[in-house]
Amino acid sequence: MKRIAPLTLVCLWALAPAAHASNALDAGRLLAATCANCHGTDGRSVGGTESLAGVPGDKLLRKLAAFTSGEKPATIMHQIAKGYTPEQLALIAAYFAAQRPDAGVAR
Amino acid sequence: MTNRRHFLAAMGATAALAGCAPLGKSARKAHVVVVGGGFGGATAAKYLRLWSDGSVRVTLIERNAQFISCPMSNLVIGGAQSMSHITHDYAGLRDAHGVRVVHDTVTAIDPATREVRLASGDRLRYDRLLLSPGIDFLPEAIEGLAGQEDRIPHAWKAGAQTTLLHRQLAAMPDGGVFAIHIPKAPFRCPPGPYERASLVADYCRRHKPRAKVLVLDANADIQSKKGLFLAAWSERYKDIIEYRPNNQLLAVDAATRTAVLEFDEVKADVLNVIPPQRAGRAADLIGSRLTNDRWVAVDWQTAEVADVPHVHVIGDATLSAPRMPKSGHMANQQAKVAAAAILHLLADLPPNPAPVVMNTCYSYVGRDSAMHVASVHRFDAAEHTFVPVDGAGGLSAVASPAEATAAQAWARNIWADTLA
Repeated sequence: MKRIAPLTLVCLWALAPAAHASNALDAGRLLAATCANCHGTDGRSVGGTESLAGVPGDKLLRKLAAFTSGEKPATIMHQIAKGYTPEQLALIAAYFAAQRPDAGVAR
Repeated sequence: MTNRRHFLAAMGATAALAGCAPLGKSARKAHVVVVGGGFGGATAAKYLRLWSDGSVRVTLIERNAQFISCPMSNLVIGGAQSMSHITHDYAGLRDAHGVRVVHDTVTAIDPATREVRLASGDRLRYDRLLLSPGIDFLPEAIEGLAGQEDRIPHAWKAGAQTTLLHRQLAAMPDGGVFAIHIPKAPFRCPPGPYERASLVADYCRRHKPRAKVLVLDANADIQSKKGLFLAAWSERYKDIIEYRPNNQLLAVDAATRTAVLEFDEVKADVLNVIPPQRAGRAADLIGSRLTNDRWVAVDWQTAEVADVPHVHVIGDATLSAPRMPKSGHMANQQAKVAAAAILHLLADLPPNPAPVVMNTCYSYVGRDSAMHVASVHRFDAAEHTFVPVDGAGGLSAVASPAEATAAQAWARNIWADTLA
């Protein structure tokens, strides 16, 4: 910043890195990104696992609860689902429900 | 935060009205330089673009033209899969996400001027720098090993070494000895060496039934999935695999492929030494003091380096949080924590107070059967680090063909999440 000191203050501000949206990233979006390794970016699986994008939130939450309780048999999801609080699971479910199943991110 | 948003909006308007356009851009886009295009760096580059709606410029510096996956590479060594299956490119990051991908090597980093220098002579200025340099080896810790990776492959970075080790296995006589040495923990991919022993034994069972696989472990015990590996070995490879704990490797003789251990000497037909490891040497360029002379200590809320501001480090190079494995999956997860933190810090917002990461790691016990270990880690504000969530995670009950199918699905999806 020192090298542009002669500029006016206003222009100095303008040269500062753009703070883009300047909104905090959505908490549900960040939590849902922890699922992407297996279920695809934004829940769009490229195969072999369930796509979560566009799945209604209550349906996904019921399924996760069934994994946690052992009612629905699983090899791994019962162990992973237990790692998130009910509030976190609700945020994740809401985020995936708002995603389009095809390409493109719903906003 | 609302105030801040209005403030920034007002600032933008003022800048436009003040007629700064002749100076260039009305508002310069922030620039993040990412060094290292493995699971960590590639994921970070992609998510920085995705989560900023393209408003942050991202340059990825990677010396290799292609991404070759360590996960699944033991299948290639065991002859069950081809190199093309684990080889991917960077076109998706460039074309679908607008990442500027530069195939070059970083030669210097100046945290004071926030400048990265490349072997080509180019210089790049950054607002934030993210290093995902992976591991480098310490072959000099074992007498006679340095410079012998053609005779004594490590195959612990996938690529030409993977092909070489498979060829040496294929050329081994029936009745030969394939010896693997495992360094003291921590090392990249804790279950990886035991998976490799399993897949080499699977190959031997099919093609060289009189061969032996000797596992020489510097550690006192199997480092991951112990019960599951032992069960699979006794069921499948009783006469093939022999496991020897507490076997620290002191020296090798490359000419005769002899391993000199503390109490023993082993002459092998194929000698696969996984050397001791440290943070990738690009980490040395930032001048951070490495923990135990090996690993970069970071603030796990942001992955920012404790003693070098504006520089973040992720992946195998870091000093891991408690029970956090050095894995590609974990590097991908850390990349998302770092990407979010960088975008918040660039916008003068506080970082996410409660990040979460999770790990899934599949291991094959034979080409048709696999098992997993999984864990979830939450950021603990009081301890200011990630801690495993109690009661979550765990192991497979038993290795199974169903999990081999799941492992392939995992691979396809993580490769896509990282690169496409």
